[in-house]
Amino acid sequence: MGEGWATLSAGDGKPGRKAEEQDVSLVIGGDAGQGVESSGAGFSTALARAGYHVFSIADYRSRIRGGHNFYQIRAATRPVASHLDPPALLLALTAESVELHLENLADGAAVVYDRSFRLDAAAVERAGRLPVPVPMNEIALRHGSKVMMNTAALAAAAGLLRFPLERMEEVVRQNFARKGERVVEANLAVAREAYAEMLRHPAAERFRYRLPGREGQPERMLLHGNHALCLGALAAGCRFVAAYPMTPATTILEWMTAHAEPLGIVTKHAEDELAAVCMAIGAGFGGARAMCSTSGGGFSLMTEALGLAGMTETPVVVVDVQRGGPSTGLPTRTEQGDLLFVLHASQGEFPRFVLAPGDHVEAFEAAMRAFNLAEKYQVPVILLSDQFLASSLRTLEPERLRRDAVPPERGKTRRPGEPPLPEERRDGDYLRFAFTADGISPRVLPGDPDAVYGVPSDEHDEAGHITEEIANRRRMMEKRMRKLETALAAGEMRGPRRLGPEEAEVTLLAWGSTLGPAAEALELLARAGVRANLLHWCDLWPFAGEAAERELRRVRRGVVVEQNYTGQFRRFLRMMTGYEAEGLVRRYDGRPLEPGEIARGVLREVGAGVR
Amino acid sequence: MSEQRPTWCPGCGDFAILAALREALVQEGLAPHQVAVVSGIGCGSKLPDYMRVLGFMTLHGRPLPVATGLRLARPDLRVVVVDGDGDAYGIGGNHWLHTCRRNPGLVHLVENNQIYALTKGQYSPTTDQGTRTTTSPEGAPERPVNPIRTALAAGATFVARGFAGEPKELARLIRAALRHRGYALVDILQPCVTFNKINTYDWYAERIVRLEEAGHDPSDFDAAWARSGEFGERIPVGVFYRSEEVPAYEERVPGLKRGPLVERPLDELDEATWEALKRELI
Repeated sequence: MGEGWATLSAGDGKPGRKAEEQDVSLVIGGDAGQGVESSGAGFSTALARAGYHVFSIADYRSRIRGGHNFYQIRAATRPVASHLDPPALLLALTAESVELHLENLADGAAVVYDRSFRLDAAAVERAGRLPVPVPMNEIALRHGSKVMMNTAALAAAAGLLRFPLERMEEVVRQNFARKGERVVEANLAVAREAYAEMLRHPAAERFRYRLPGREGQPERMLLHGNHALCLGALAAGCRFVAAYPMTPATTILEWMTAHAEPLGIVTKHAEDELAAVCMAIGAGFGGARAMCSTSGGGFSLMTEALGLAGMTETPVVVVDVQRGGPSTGLPTRTEQGDLLFVLHASQGEFPRFVLAPGDHVEAFEAAMRAFNLAEKYQVPVILLSDQFLASSLRTLEPERLRRDAVPPERGKTRRPGEPPLPEERRDGDYLRFAFTADGISPRVLPGDPDAVYGVPSDEHDEAGHITEEIANRRRMMEKRMRKLETALAAGEMRGPRRLGPEEAEVTLLAWGSTLGPAAEALELLARAGVRANLLHWCDLWPFAGEAAERELRRVRRGVVVEQNYTGQFRRFLRMMTGYEAEGLVRRYDGRPLEPGEIARGVLREVGAGVR
Repeated sequence: MSEQRPTWCPGCGDFAILAALREALVQEGLAPHQVAVVSGIGCGSKLPDYMRVLGFMTLHGRPLPVATGLRLARPDLRVVVVDGDGDAYGIGGNHWLHTCRRNPGLVHLVENNQIYALTKGQYSPTTDQGTRTTTSPEGAPERPVNPIRTALAAGATFVARGFAGEPKELARLIRAALRHRGYALVDILQPCVTFNKINTYDWYAERIVRLEEAGHDPSDFDAAWARSGEFGERIPVGVFYRSEEVPAYEERVPGLKRGPLVERPLDELDEATWEALKRELI
């Protein structure tokens, strides 16, 4: 970090630029199995209900017990779409988490830990942090058992922040309700005592960050990206989900399965990813809106069947929630390493669509659009998410997820019993793969007595019979590939979304989940006196080239921001538009890009030329 | 009947399988649009192209999961899977194992010619150990898969063996499979006249014994297990095992209680349910 860049830290100016503004991050650290994640989710819920905008990420290793995990929560009085470094409070469930996080805390940050930890408080003090020992373990033991130490810790942190105890109590009640009234009461007693202890704590006076309750705020949902994607799929009429559990995609199958019976969704935990995608293709052939979800490694296994969907013109939605690769890589961590792979996955050439939503709202809408595109164009559609988007928890006003935002459209698809489409017949026969001007053949779902047909994975003629005939092969290839032009001409694919000022010295170029951190980096750059804006792409294939070029012509100095080693999007932009970005800010260690890091990176890339 | 002419070699066992399947479907009173034939890859997997039914030719080894997805989405369709021994017992072995224990309502016809034919004569999972082929000049190194015993061990609820040299009998077996409520495996001895000079029509004909005539009781699992060990000088054909006790997988899927997926409108979610779903996250 260079001299001047320190002022670009997102933590700068806390607690809030204006007196009434709050923007505080806190981190809960402990061992896997200690309840770090559930505590973090609980605190996030309490903050959301108390009227704060919340953005939370879990940082954990690929193991069930042991090893350091942490949960970072950001609470703000304005909408936030990114995590924020550095935190103002560390809630340490182990002594090790103090050692690991101490350096990365904000100036004046508090370290709340158990009094029994062997910890050098003076060293904490010397590091410019405020040591806050609390007898969390003792309080827990006094009311039953040490497993309630988490409750004590959460309440202690709440007390230190002057966060309303009632909100924390609500969450305690909810979390322990199924364990019975005695457990609830014991935990409440622990919470009250730890909270009271903190109000009297000598260190509390010196701590300057506060999160008081905010009255009159609208109700907000607290959801992760996979939730949003599931809601979008459901709203689109998705009725079939097959998957093999793979982090970080698993919660899609879990959430859909939890709602399968009341909503009438068939979910299938398949024997492997090959089966999962094939089942979805079978269901798609049958006429159900079908999806399979996985991460990069599972997607690798699915690629052969992706071509099957392409050749048989079967609608299917494939979700790739990227994580660190290659191989099994970094199972619980984030990366945007699959872009160039999904664009070309499977042998041969066939039309496909690729959408990479940038945030929770876009994930919801992209899921709805994916099912429409799959059916209208009779192709596989890939939803490219990643661990950061899939697992980050954020608040949203319920009305922002509007299921009428994208009404279901099936295009030239006819269900049994519906009147025939004009183009459907030729010489009295139904031609499943009829040559059409737009490349889309009218589709009659199986079960219609007037339309009995086969769909070969081999090359075939209009009726669906296998043939290697030269002229037919040409026309069939052209028919299939024409769908991409049709979609572009119909304006299905969007160009980049621009955030920030229209005219800028520097333009950040991003895709997928870096949207939130990159957008926040604009503010940091502005504070450093650099006028920057952001072009963000969700729709990647077919690529809306004209719209992209229109925007790129206005870019003075462009810096691509992405989460991979080779700068895949930078190369993609060059391939599609000839545009060569001046700089590249990248991260490939599995941790999400932070706003301050992006801002510093942008200045490093083009620093000499701006201001 | 389709106008497509099969590309099979003259004398291929697949002709008899095609004839038997057609006859079974007709006798069961199934119309072309009510039947979907899902196939794998290979000579025999071109079969749906030679019939007038709904057809879906998939990938090598993958017809079972495609058929399972189709059946779950469309329990109103009768779904028949046709593939070869390489598809079913080799590359798709994992799917086969799990389909056996899953028990979806599928009829699975395996054209078992004990050889890879379309790729010109390499050994298959059912080739006898020691058989010389282009990829086993010293003799096939592995012991062959025993499809009958493996299916029984994996929990299949209908396990049968047929012979392409006897299409009438085969049609009877397929009809019985079509009437079964869960997964029905019919392993079919299907001579490859071009690449398998050992397991010929005559070779099979000399060895075949009929389970029915031998007084075998298909409801007796232990008896089925014992008979499944026979393959060599005597090769039993007929129904080894049948249990109607186990519901088909699709009968147990909670998401299908509201009816077949395709019959429900895409926008069926009502406002109250939608709001309740969002409230779960508040």
